[in-house]
Amino acid sequence: MIDAPAIRTQELAKRYGSITALAGLTMTIPRGDIFGFLGPNGAGKTTAVKLLLGLTPPTSGDAEVLGAEIGDRDALRRVGYLPELFRYQSWLTAREVLALHCELAGIDRSAWPREIADALAVVGLSDRGTGRVGTFSKGMQQRLGLGVALIGAPELVVLDEPTSALDPVGRHDVREIIRALGERGTTVFLNSHLLSEVEQVCDRVAIVDRGRVVAQGTLDELLGGDTVRIRATDLDRAALAALAGYGQLDAEGDWLVIRGIDDERVPELVAHVVRLGGRVYAVEPRHESLEDRFLRLLGQPN
Amino acid sequence: MLALTIARLQLQELLRRRLFLVLLLLTVVVISLTTWGFSRIPTLDDAMTATEIAAIASQFLILVMFMFSFVLAFSAVFAASPAISAEVESGITLAILARPISRLEYVVGKWLGLVATVLIYAVPASVAQLLLVRWVVGYSPPHPIQFLAFVTGEATVVLTLSLLLSTRFAGMVGGVTGLILWGLAWMGGIVGGIGQAFDNATLTHVGTASKLILPTDGLWRGAVWSLEPASLIAVMRSAGRNAAANPFFAADPPPPAYVVWCILWIIGMLALAVWSFTRKEL
Repeated sequence: MIDAPAIRTQELAKRYGSITALAGLTMTIPRGDIFGFLGPNGAGKTTAVKLLLGLTPPTSGDAEVLGAEIGDRDALRRVGYLPELFRYQSWLTAREVLALHCELAGIDRSAWPREIADALAVVGLSDRGTGRVGTFSKGMQQRLGLGVALIGAPELVVLDEPTSALDPVGRHDVREIIRALGERGTTVFLNSHLLSEVEQVCDRVAIVDRGRVVAQGTLDELLGGDTVRIRATDLDRAALAALAGYGQLDAEGDWLVIRGIDDERVPELVAHVVRLGGRVYAVEPRHESLEDRFLRLLGQPN
Repeated sequence: MLALTIARLQLQELLRRRLFLVLLLLTVVVISLTTWGFSRIPTLDDAMTATEIAAIASQFLILVMFMFSFVLAFSAVFAASPAISAEVESGITLAILARPISRLEYVVGKWLGLVATVLIYAVPASVAQLLLVRWVVGYSPPHPIQFLAFVTGEATVVLTLSLLLSTRFAGMVGGVTGLILWGLAWMGGIVGGIGQAFDNATLTHVGTASKLILPTDGLWRGAVWSLEPASLIAVMRSAGRNAAANPFFAADPPPPAYVVWCILWIIGMLALAVWSFTRKEL
């Protein structure tokens, strides 16, 4: 089933007693995507991850991971996972933690030294391999966790808030690691509440709130390229009324914002503005930022 | 196979913890002191016969080993009660169980690792104590292998119970519960003995029930029996059924059916632990 999507869920739901942690998640993540699963804290992101990895059973709905039912042993062999809140065994060294996961993942023993050295190098812990995990800072533990998730060149890597304990340099490193995974064709499922992180690395995004997906699609689809800003002067009220046919108009000082306009009509719009006596200084497409879109979807004023 | 990986990890954890080192050092100190104590027995009275020395040595040995079995059982309880719950709390289980390993393998691996730790500690410590006693007073208990089996069996019983509790409760809960139940079972055994001594059916039943519900005291009686010289058993038997009330005396080894029950009890509790953890939401 090499052509099966990396993840496919159908009305996947989880309730804990009367609390709905996830209410009917339906999505398909193609192979090779870097998928951002975005939502505020408590939206159900971690629950979704636990369901996908078979760590907790769904209340209803179903899901497939790498073409197999959730929890399938063979599929899990090809998945790497960085949990959100975790501390690895403090009495083990970084190398021993990685060796343990090589063993659990069923990797051939002869390949361990290479796997361990690679994982340490990728996350920047090469010189701390023999250090006890108990002596590591939170950031180093998170790096090690990321290294663990990369063991055995998994086809799907699930990262739950991978940069929560990292400084800006660490965050940058993680973005680079995610991009490199994407280039290798690895599917990445990135759980995050950090919009900039998702915006910078993800191909596709689902926004989840209160256990429900409120929007999903490519970043272009979600953020829309249908808004343009024109900085123009000398336009009177009548001129503005004449431009109403292009889309929804808003004046923001010298700037005229036109929403819902097709890209192809922008030159026509500019020519029309000039014909109406407007003096045009700048024209720029405006993408809504993910943050604006996010807040709008969550029903909060920007 | 992955159960063995988890077992090795559990063993490694306990051996690397300071607790084990402290236990080891204290054990050396205690064995040294008791050995000195044993060496004083023949000097108590020049006229003592070899049989008398053996009787005193065996009684002293039973007291020492009672303390040893207590320490062993409690070390096992305190090692087992956080064994799963602490890993759930720290998120280690999330990372481990997202790998192709079943919860059965995980729980059984934990159990194997804990039992191995008990054996690694208990066997050398007991053998050292028994050899030193033999060296300083010339007393060898008649059934040393059975003694080891009963004492480690007792520790395995409480360890398995603690592991079961660890699938649901924080370490402290398992530790305290194990301690209380162990004490209750010991007292239950004494109550049963008193029932036998006074021919009271109700008290005898209480003792039997407690031996079945938590077979620690029943196994401890087996350990007592295995340390007693035949001459002492003969003397105590002649004292009649009153001897049954003594928690440090056993006229007979536990019947084979009881040993089978203990094994089934352990397997049952382990199965319950697997079932409980399999149903746990992580």
